[in-house]
Formats: sequence, C-alpha cells, structure tokens
Amino acid sequence: MKLLKLVPDNTNIRFLKWRNVAMAISLMMIAASFALIFVNGLNFGVDFNGGQTVRVAFRQAPNIEQLRADIGRLAPGDVSVQEFGSARDISIRTPLPEGDQAAADRAAERLKSTIRARYPDATISSVDTVSGKVSGELLRTGAWSLFLATIAISIYIWFRFEWQFGIGALFSLFHDVALTFGFFALTQLEFNLNIVAALLTIIGYSLNDTIVVYDRIRENLRKYRKMGIVELLDLSVNETLSRTVMTSGFMLIALLVLLILGPDVIFGFTAAMLLGIFIGTYSSIYMAAPILIWLKVGPDSFVPLAGSEGGVATPEDKNRGAAV
Amino acid sequence: MLDFPRWKTSLIWLTIIVGALFSIPTFVPPSAISFIPESMRPRVNLGLDLAGGSHILLEADIADVRAERLSAMERSIREAMRGEPGSSDDIAVGEMTSSANAVTFLVRDAAKVDEVRERLNQLTTGVGLTGQRSWNIEMRDINRVVMTQTAAGLTNFVSEAMLGARDIVERRVNALGTREPTIILQGSDRIVVQVPGLQDPKALKDLLGQTARLEFHMVTELASLTPEQQAEAAQGRAPVGSTVAPYANQPGSEVISRQVMISGDQLVEASQGFDSDNGQPVVNIRFNGAGATIFSRVTRENVGKRFAMLVDGKVLSAPSINEAINGGSAQISGNFTTESANTMAIALRSGALPVKLSVIEERTVGPDLGAESIRKGAIAGGIATAATLLLMLIVYGRFGVYANIALTFNILMIIGAMALFGSTLTLPGIAGFVLTIGAAVDANVLINERIREELRRGRRVFAAVETGYKEASRAIFDANITNVIAATLMFVFGSGPIKGFAVVLTIGIITSVFTGVTVTRMFVAHWLRKARPSSITI
Repeated sequence: MKLLKLVPDNTNIRFLKWRNVAMAISLMMIAASFALIFVNGLNFGVDFNGGQTVRVAFRQAPNIEQLRADIGRLAPGDVSVQEFGSARDISIRTPLPEGDQAAADRAAERLKSTIRARYPDATISSVDTVSGKVSGELLRTGAWSLFLATIAISIYIWFRFEWQFGIGALFSLFHDVALTFGFFALTQLEFNLNIVAALLTIIGYSLNDTIVVYDRIRENLRKYRKMGIVELLDLSVNETLSRTVMTSGFMLIALLVLLILGPDVIFGFTAAMLLGIFIGTYSSIYMAAPILIWLKVGPDSFVPLAGSEGGVATPEDKNRGAAV
Repeated sequence: MLDFPRWKTSLIWLTIIVGALFSIPTFVPPSAISFIPESMRPRVNLGLDLAGGSHILLEADIADVRAERLSAMERSIREAMRGEPGSSDDIAVGEMTSSANAVTFLVRDAAKVDEVRERLNQLTTGVGLTGQRSWNIEMRDINRVVMTQTAAGLTNFVSEAMLGARDIVERRVNALGTREPTIILQGSDRIVVQVPGLQDPKALKDLLGQTARLEFHMVTELASLTPEQQAEAAQGRAPVGSTVAPYANQPGSEVISRQVMISGDQLVEASQGFDSDNGQPVVNIRFNGAGATIFSRVTRENVGKRFAMLVDGKVLSAPSINEAINGGSAQISGNFTTESANTMAIALRSGALPVKLSVIEERTVGPDLGAESIRKGAIAGGIATAATLLLMLIVYGRFGVYANIALTFNILMIIGAMALFGSTLTLPGIAGFVLTIGAAVDANVLINERIREELRRGRRVFAAVETGYKEASRAIFDANITNVIAATLMFVFGSGPIKGFAVVLTIGIITSVFTGVTVTRMFVAHWLRKARPSSITI
C-alpha cells in the first residue's frame, strides 16, 4: 500500500532567509492590532461589559435597520443589534437599566413582548443578564488567568531549555494573542468568555508547535556543533515540517467542518481557533526561532552529549543541559 | 522501550477498560441500565449553554445585612440594659443612633459605664483565630458608647447565614416543581442556581428575590395622632415607637407600631387560596401552637382596631379585627394575582431568608438553541472525527490504524473520567476537548514522522521505531506539561467557563499522552514482536 505523503522527504526550504521581512511584518501586524483595539475597541459581550443580551431566532431574516430602530425606541443608550451565525439569528444587546433587578426584568419583558408583537413567529433563544459587578470580575479573572498562564509557561520553557527559548516562547505567545485581539477588533465579532477559551486554546496549540520546533533545535544544537545558527534553525524547521503540515492539516479540517456545519453559537469561537492555527504555526517558525538568533543561542548553550551516538538525548542529559 | 512485560500490558488494558466502562452510562438512556446502582453509573451532563435552562447567580446584599445587623444590635442593647424583669438593675441609656457601621448611645449614669461594657461584651463573639471580635466597643467622652461592627464579624455572619440561605433557596426552587436543580454555594456570599430546562425564570427570580420576612404589627391610626404628628407621618417620619411602612402593591402607607405582634418564625403552613367573599386570590397561613396563642390573645385585646401584615417591610393588607381570632389561621390579601399569591405562599412556607439575595447574573438558554447546538455539534464533530481517522489511515497505514484505535479509547476515557469527576460538558469544555484531541493526533504525527525520518536515515525497523518513540516523547512531554501548567492556572484564577475548559483540558492531556504514546507503543511493540517485519510501510 502506497501511503500519502503531504510533504516530500528531505525538504530544504530556507525559511529564515525571510526572517527580517517576516519580523517587520509581524511587528507591523502587532502595531496594527493595537491600533485597531485602540480605535475600534473590542466588541465586548455582556460577559465583560455587563448588560443584557437577548438572542432571537426569526423564521425569515428580519430587516436589521428596522429592528434596530424598534429596539432603539425601547431601550435608550448603547443598543447593539447583530447577526450571529446566520441572518435569521439576531443578537440584541442592551445596557442594564438603572435601578434594581426588577427594572432589568421589566426592560427584558418589554423587549421580548415587542419582538413577539412585531414578529409573531420569532422565538427567544436565550437571555443573558450580567451585572456590572460580575462582568468586572469576569474580565479581571479572565485577564489574570491569561497573563499568569503565559508567564508560567515561559518560565517552564526557560527551565527545560534556556532563557532565550523562554523569551522566544513568551514573545511568540504575545504575538498570537495580540493578533487574535486585533482580529476581534477588526471584525467586531462579539468578544465573550467563550472567546477567552478559544484564545487559551490558540495559546495551547501555538505552544505545542513552538515546543516541537524548539525540541528539534535543541537536539540539532547538540548534534551539529559546527553548523551556523541560521542554517541549523532552517534544518530544524525543515525536519519538523512534515509534522507541522500534518498536524495543522488535521486541525484545519476539523475546524473547517465545525465552522461550516457546527452550531451558530460557536461561530466566533471556531473562527478564532481557525485563525489561531495559522498564527500559531507561523509564529513558531518566524517568531520563536529567529529570536534565538538575536539572543545569540549557539552550540555552547547546551552541553554536548559525550558518547551518545547521533546526539540522542536522555532525560538526564536534558536536565543537565538546562541547569548549565 | 518496546519491551512490555505482561503486568504492564494488563495494567494498560485495565485502565482503558475501566475508563471506557465509565463512559457507557453517558451514551445509553438511564432506564436501560437502571439495574446498576445510581452511584455506579455517573453521566456527563451537558451544561446549560448546550442543554438549555436557567443559570442564576445570587449574591448576599451586604449593605442590607449591615443595616439589619445594626438594627438588631440596637434591639439587643436595649434588652441588655433593661436587665432582669422585676430587678432594679436597669441602666438608663439614651440618644441611640445608628450610623453607616456603628451604633452610638449615651449612658445616663457615668458610674455605670463599666457595667455597661461588661453587658455589651456578652453581645459580641470572637471571630476566627486572630482574637478579633464581631463588634468593637469604644468609649468616648466618658459616657458615650460606640459599637462598630468589624469586617470579620460581618463576613462571618454572612458566610454562616449563606448556609441557611442555601437550604431555603433549595426548598423554594424545589417547590416550583423544577427537575434536577443544582444549588451550590460559591465563595462566601454567593449561591448558584441552575435549573435545566427552565425557560422563563421570572417566577423563580421573583421567588428568590423576596426575603419573605413576615411580620404582623398593630396599626397606629392617624386619627389618634396630633395634627403635627400627622403632618410628620405624611412625610415618612413616624412618632416615637412607630414607623411608616409603604404598601407593596398599591400607593399609600400605614403608620405601624414598631413592636412585632407575631412573626413568620411561628408559621407552619402557607398556601394560595381564594377569598370566599370576593374570589380574589389570597394566601392562607397558619401559625403553630405558640403563635396561635399569641395571635388569639392580641386579637382579643384589640378588637375594633387594625393590624398590618407586612412582608419584607411592605404592607400587604391592614384588616380590622372584628373578633378574637382563635385557631391561628389568617388570610393575607393584597391585590394578588394567582401566580403572585402562589409565589408568596411558597416563599413564606420555605421560611425567611437570613440575608437578602439579589440576582447579579442570569443566563437562560432556550431548548431550541440547545437542541440545535447539540444536533449540529454532533454532526460536525462526527464528520471532523471521521475525516481525522480517515486521513490518519491513508497517511500512516497500519500505524494510523493503531493511532485511530488509541484515539477512540482516548475519547471514551475522557468522557469516562469526566463522568467520574462529575463535570458537565459546556461549550468551552468542547474547546478543551478539541484541543486535547488535537494534541493526541499531534503526538501520533510526531511519533510516526520521526519513525519515517529514522528509517530514511537507514535505521533498522526496531531501532527506528524505538528511536522514533523516544525522541518524539520528549517534545510531547514538554508540550503537554506546559498545557497542564496553563490549565492549572486557569482553574485556580479563571471563572466558571474557563474552569470548565481547564478541567477538560487536564483530563484530556493525561488520557491523550497515555493513549497517544503508551497505548500505541504497546500495539506497535506487540505487532513487531509477532510479525518481525524486515521493512515497514509508514
């Protein structure tokens, strides 16, 4: 049986030739993301902003402008009427009225009865009400867990590899997160708690990728002690290329299926993950690796392995290498 | 590395079988396996975001607790100063006022300050291990006493009150006839209520929003007051010993005596009924023996006067007493609808909440959205899995088959472990699931690519497979440890949905490494030993 090979054996693509261009583009993208976040802001859902979201499923796609006008009359302030998933599914977000729980309930009832009156065949699919207090907490805990996870991961990589690798991983994670935020600022897709989970998934995936490349770099640094660093990085990326393509391919197929056929509620979520696969793969090659050059990683960064044929590392050797 | 002694093989199979067995109850209807004891067949339940239902987060109203404690302390101080009935150890106090956090009063006879202090000490309790007390007692200007509630005292009171509140909330939710509600304390001052399938949580919120503190007070008729007092009362300032209470369901208010005639503590029954005269919905209540005795005595002594029935400080009705009421039954009217009378009856029956609770978060998902999500999710998940398995097969052949079997075990084991730990599957949980499946696939890709590479370098079959597993394991190990670190931090610092993600991720990483590395290696080793191939296709 002839098996499928997506990547030919022994490729020799000089990825890192473009490292300066890539880095310039990446920095620009990061800057653009920040600018977008600054200018557009993130379309925070009620999870992080407080307020009320009512999701309505219509039989036929309603006229959004008309709907917006109808609801604008009911609830003063910052009302958002958006499609989610399809043109028939509309998400209506309103700020919570001043006052107590009863006021919020009345506002929700008014909204629901208006929709029922105007569109008798529409069904209310969900109602989320989050007070300012809770949304503040959710934002804080979400940001904290993201921040702490990134730092802890970098420290672990520093211990297992070298400090340069820790910084490389930290920077490429920063890159991934910044670009994903930029994507949400650009598209104005709703940014909610589920998106934080998607962001964490992207970090997890990107990290996986970075570690695979780093592991090979470490191995090659011990094996080819005379090789130039750029050449060595290129070799490492090429050697792991078939794995990178395969794994990304698997993830892309799974996510594309979920995006097209999956439930509407996870559309933003799947879109973020799909984007994250590209960003994460790219950053492992063009962020995590070149940083090692600038931070002057060389064969001396790791202790050579005496007597072990082919440079096969054992766990004990690794620990010794990391401790130096 | 390719050496698998019998005990190791048995242990691996045992782990797989146990994990897979625990996943079965999730897939079959409970009725089909009802012969197994409930505790032996845990299921993975779908979160409300997938299955539909209501999630309500309640928080103790600390400001209300603070105010309540202050007025309770005022009462306790008065009582403590009064001394034993009939004895002469009364201590005269005056100018009692409550500020934001403290009760201040004057001891008339400065010589008795020490004794006052002693009596006040009895009213405070120690909190925690630091020797702090629930109230600080301070003397100012010789004879002025300031009692301030400490933060520790307040926190302690709230967390104890929440235990009672949880039970009452549970009674109320159950009284609504909902199925399988989950009611848990969160932190020191919050309660999460989750009711699967509940579509309109309005009734539930109405029910939980009322403290249901029932009190009967005598009405102070305006006619009995001086014109000045009447004018004051109209502006909400009542004469000494009285208070002005607004009506709950209609405009206006009543001046009532501060003294509680009888309270909801003495209640044994409350039910919704109809007034026999005008057919209006009412709440019928009945007091216990002691309550009935008091009620009968007070009504006998006050024939011709009116008393007010208050719930949570608002007057529902203020009927006249026509004759002594014996038997301890009463009827509360007050512009009820059938629903609101029923809600009120349930609230009264379940007892008063020790703290006022307010809804700070509410999420309701309709059944259509939930069912739609599950149906689409299942289809998409099925296709994605099938595509992965197929691709694995055509890319890695026999090794792909091994990986696919391991992947199937992996999915079953994740579900089994989740059922065992009682976790629910939410949308973020599915994200964690996808990530771990990705990690499991990646582990096999890493291993198989490495074996290919080693074969290309001219290694013999055994050596290539052995090196492939050894070299790939290092990156797999590092990648997964970092994910576990991240998941742990998310679990500790994240909130609800992120926690759900972290739990699934942690479970999934463990099973993924186990099935992706250990189980496939066992299969490969077994085959290699048996077939002893001189070349392999991978």
